[in-house]
Amino acid sequence: MNPAKASHALIELRDVRKTYNPGLPSEAEVLHGLSLRVDRGEFVALIGPSGSGKSTLLNIVGLLERMTSGSYRLQDEEMQGLGDTELTMRRRTRLGFVFQFHHLLPAFTALENVTMPALMSEGRVSARRLAHARELLAAVGLADAMNKRPSELSGGMQQRVAIARALVHEPPLVLADEPTGNLDTASSDEVFVQMRRMHAELGISFVVVTHDPRLAARCDRLVELIDGRIARDEPT
Amino acid sequence: MSPWLGFEIRVALRFLREGRMQTLLIIVGVAAGVAVIAYISALINGLQSSTLTKTLGAQAHITMRSPDDLVTPAALPEPGSTLLTQTQPRAQRLRSVANWQALVPLLESMPAIAGVSPAVSGAGLALRGEATQAIALTGVELDRYDRVVGLRSKVISGVARLLPGEAIVGRELAADLGVRAGDRLSIQTGTVSDSVRVTALVDLGVRELNRRTVIVPLRSAQNLLGLPGGVTSLDLTVRDVWSAQTLAQDLRRQFPYKIESWQESNAQLVSALNAQSVSTALIRGVVLIVVVLGIASVLVVSVVQKHREIGILRAMGTTRGQILRIFLVQGAVVGALGSLLGVLLAIALIWLFTTFVRGSDGLPLFAIGLPLSTAVQVALIATVCGVLAAIAPARRAAAMDPAQAIRI
Repeated sequence: MNPAKASHALIELRDVRKTYNPGLPSEAEVLHGLSLRVDRGEFVALIGPSGSGKSTLLNIVGLLERMTSGSYRLQDEEMQGLGDTELTMRRRTRLGFVFQFHHLLPAFTALENVTMPALMSEGRVSARRLAHARELLAAVGLADAMNKRPSELSGGMQQRVAIARALVHEPPLVLADEPTGNLDTASSDEVFVQMRRMHAELGISFVVVTHDPRLAARCDRLVELIDGRIARDEPT
Repeated sequence: MSPWLGFEIRVALRFLREGRMQTLLIIVGVAAGVAVIAYISALINGLQSSTLTKTLGAQAHITMRSPDDLVTPAALPEPGSTLLTQTQPRAQRLRSVANWQALVPLLESMPAIAGVSPAVSGAGLALRGEATQAIALTGVELDRYDRVVGLRSKVISGVARLLPGEAIVGRELAADLGVRAGDRLSIQTGTVSDSVRVTALVDLGVRELNRRTVIVPLRSAQNLLGLPGGVTSLDLTVRDVWSAQTLAQDLRRQFPYKIESWQESNAQLVSALNAQSVSTALIRGVVLIVVVLGIASVLVVSVVQKHREIGILRAMGTTRGQILRIFLVQGAVVGALGSLLGVLLAIALIWLFTTFVRGSDGLPLFAIGLPLSTAVQVALIATVCGVLAAIAPARRAAAMDPAQAIRI
């Protein structure tokens, strides 16, 4: 962790509560007043049993879901109360996602998937953006697979494309939900190494949800969630 | 500067390409709809145009005659009493349109009127050797009459010319009397008879007209029908055929004559044409609805199939507006491509019709074509319908919750 950057809060959650189906018989509170701070440059593992609220927390941090109450500051800006378009714009510029099942666009090649954020923002892919996307794909070891569709790539390769896509617009924070969840050990290691390398080279913060204690142990900080509350928060 | 809809167009086209069979089927569906609309429009336009040309080919758009002779009651009934009378209508004699010489330049100066032709019409007999035929005798000034009914274009033999002592006769009448261009025949009306030389035979498009028509110079007809210096009608042709009715109403307000438009003298035909137009509009409407439903249903399926991609795009920062536009673009593309194919299909159908559907004379039944304006109009309507059809699925896609879409 870079000490100079660690002094600045990247995300700050205070007393966050999330209730599904409020007012209905099926009402369920999954996050019970949770507070968490992640500083710039941190590599955090978020662990916990199924149903502990990890994915909900990640969705809230990723601005994909709204919390029921509490406060969430991303880069010193309060997110609670922002409209859908504003949240979408924050997602586009400040966050990168790596999902468990790759979630690449199957109709586009690896290179096109990686250049998608640029196309989305600017309506075209400039030569500079294209070159950057190629560099990233080469950096994750996919120089020869740029023009292949996701269906032509292995699980590990798809996940590396997803990492390149999450990093292409150089967001301050990448959120990874079980990025190695359905990969074999060798592929898992490979993907994790790539993430650590990008973290070291680009100074991008990572919050990684994982069930794999082996990978969690290789992160800088471990946050364990049990029943919607933080049960453990310590350096590894 | 970013290209307009660059992202939306690229994603929409890729989505369409990915669902190739689905896209192809709906484009063919739209094409079939557009082809039906374009072909039916062209067919009905051709049929109506042909019917109108045949009907109006030998008659004026508006005819002005002197008013009918009426029987004037001898005395009005006293107040409070009822007078039971039975009035015998008067026999209508040939009468001249009053002041027709002054009326002709006045009518010709009206912008809506393209031509005015004074005419004298009456009944008579045509005789040649032992053959006798009842005829409708018409006296005209050839140049003016040609502007109204295009007589010269109907000549099938000889040269249209009407000098004193010359006549133009219908094709069937010539056959019945055994005359050809250059032959002579006698015309008899009441006690007056005259001998004329036939200069041309004409086909007016209606067999009964061809069997009775004899056209002579105006002055000759005036002498033969006992109407020196007079004309029985002023035949008008207007620039817009369908405005004849309105113009006739205007003229009736201005002049004390019996004025009749072609629509009034062919009321049944006009009703039939209107019924055709309404039926065509209904068919077009129903086909368009089917096209819209077809596009909408395919896009609804596409939204369901693409929920994960939509979720990924939303998570990456695609706005709801962009998702909406991706599906609207898909609707527009399907509509536009279907339209293009449909217009080509309609052209092929029209070619088949004109090539293989022939009348008893071996000629095409009537001219049928697809004007560029109609093709463009149909294509534009179908494209707009494509966009409209995409609205509901697009809104559904845009409203999708990204977290849920990814989780499913």
